[in-house]
Amino acid sequence: MIRRVPVVAALLAIGLLFAYPFWWLVSASLKDRSRVFDNALLPSPADFANYAEVWRAVPLLAWVGNSAAVGIAAAVAATVSSAVVAFGFARFRFRGRDALFGLVLATMMLPGAVTMVPVYLEWHAVGLATTQVPLWAGNLFGSAFYVFLLRQFFLGLPAEVFDAARVDGAGPWRQFRSIALPLARPGLVVVLVFELKAAWTDLIRPLIYLREPELYTLPRGLKAVLDRFGQGGEAQWELVMAASVVATVPMVLLFLVAQRYFVRGVVTQRAEE
Amino acid sequence: MVSTREARAGWLFVLPWVAGFLLLTAGPMLYSLYLSFTHYDLLKPPRFAGLQNYREILLDGRAATALWNTVFYTVLHVPAQIVLALGLASLLRRAGRSAGLFRTVLFLPTMTPPVALAALFLLLLNGQNGAVNAVLGWFGFSGPQWTTDPAWIKPGLVLMSLWTVGSTAVLYLAALTRVPAERYEAARLDGASAWRQFWHVTLPGISGTVYFTLVVNTIASLQVFTEAYTMFFGARPSTPAEGDAALFYVIYLFQEAFGSLRMGYASALAWVLFLVIAVITVVQVRLSRDYVHYEDRS
Repeated sequence: MIRRVPVVAALLAIGLLFAYPFWWLVSASLKDRSRVFDNALLPSPADFANYAEVWRAVPLLAWVGNSAAVGIAAAVAATVSSAVVAFGFARFRFRGRDALFGLVLATMMLPGAVTMVPVYLEWHAVGLATTQVPLWAGNLFGSAFYVFLLRQFFLGLPAEVFDAARVDGAGPWRQFRSIALPLARPGLVVVLVFELKAAWTDLIRPLIYLREPELYTLPRGLKAVLDRFGQGGEAQWELVMAASVVATVPMVLLFLVAQRYFVRGVVTQRAEE
Repeated sequence: MVSTREARAGWLFVLPWVAGFLLLTAGPMLYSLYLSFTHYDLLKPPRFAGLQNYREILLDGRAATALWNTVFYTVLHVPAQIVLALGLASLLRRAGRSAGLFRTVLFLPTMTPPVALAALFLLLLNGQNGAVNAVLGWFGFSGPQWTTDPAWIKPGLVLMSLWTVGSTAVLYLAALTRVPAERYEAARLDGASAWRQFWHVTLPGISGTVYFTLVVNTIASLQVFTEAYTMFFGARPSTPAEGDAALFYVIYLFQEAFGSLRMGYASALAWVLFLVIAVITVVQVRLSRDYVHYEDRS
């Protein structure tokens, strides 16, 4: 017990260091322009005027809505398609299966920057290059890491329940739908929250695809806010900070309700190789 | 015995991934290989250019700057991330009941959208009145101009990246808890110091996980984009010196493709990056055979 004291003291100091930027961000978003840089822990007076002003200056509500829509579409698409594919690899034997799964694992190592240009050209060719569709539709085909993760979950289910269902006349789809999916629910939640976070925080694809400010997701909008208010003599950093809080709070809440799923997803990564 | 019906069901289930692989990975890669031998600006059809794009890369000072910056960042970021994550995981391992709370605090920064993180750290790293230099000041150091001095921009970005070390620390913590306790007891009976225990028990026990993060973080780090782009590019004007110091490879690729619409040249840049990453990964895999114990594979 006594030996723990230095460890806990060290963690307390480090924890404060890690929490400080959050505190600073929220505090700065409540300060007026002359005090944004004062590094004071508590804003005095604390004032929500910055939120009202950034709300008036940019279509923040539309961006929140866009991020939510794109995030949910991306997360649902990735979860459903990856579950279908993972079940195929976990439950059925067919020639070439293991080689094909090796290919799935290999694509996880593939640098995404390499397909950035040609995939854009594909969306350009079908006339969707300036819409939100490319931000989520690629997820309809299953994603390697999630396929890997859900396959682990399906492999952990006892084979007898599937055999029993087959004897009862359940076809492959019903085995998937009525048995595998409900039993693998924790795994599905892991994929759902991981992809929701990935889509919500992504900047590079919104930068490539979105031209109209009304279509922006929050990170793209926040970049526009930073470009407009975070420079020059009239910099209004307090507005940039307020918009940053708006972009961050939903992810913090998501983490607080789904922490164990995030941790589980991170820990499962390891068996990726 | 593989039945035809079972095989057919299996293929039907994995079909979405196969289609996606052809449409979004293999097809695009081959198309981009073809484009890398052409000039293409979206307006006129691609014109065959032979090896011109690749020759241009060799002579392109900005491509060289971008590659150098990226390697420099990776060489600082990846080891710093691994060492700090290991230290934090070791502390968490010994924290008893409070470990859960600290794990939450350390993990939370990884949830911040990188754009928000970058905007925030532009202020925290500000040389005149930023909080980072204020903290350094308490200890008697006068901090550098992290966001404007070209020599300090990349170290500043590395420092900032350490705020999101939490997910790696959580991964290491899971690996540490799998090292059998008997080995520590045996080492203690042999009179091994804490440091020797770390070298001879802990590190071999988790080397597979450390190696995994080395490979994955290197690949990700060589594609670093969002934070540096947010802070120093876009409509935000940065001085030429700042822009040079923060020009990472994928930022340059992005500018060439979507700013200058030089799709052929950008495709050649992408293939060069692909080959660089492939070579580095292969070297890491080779080296791992000598140093990695795979007993902690889960």
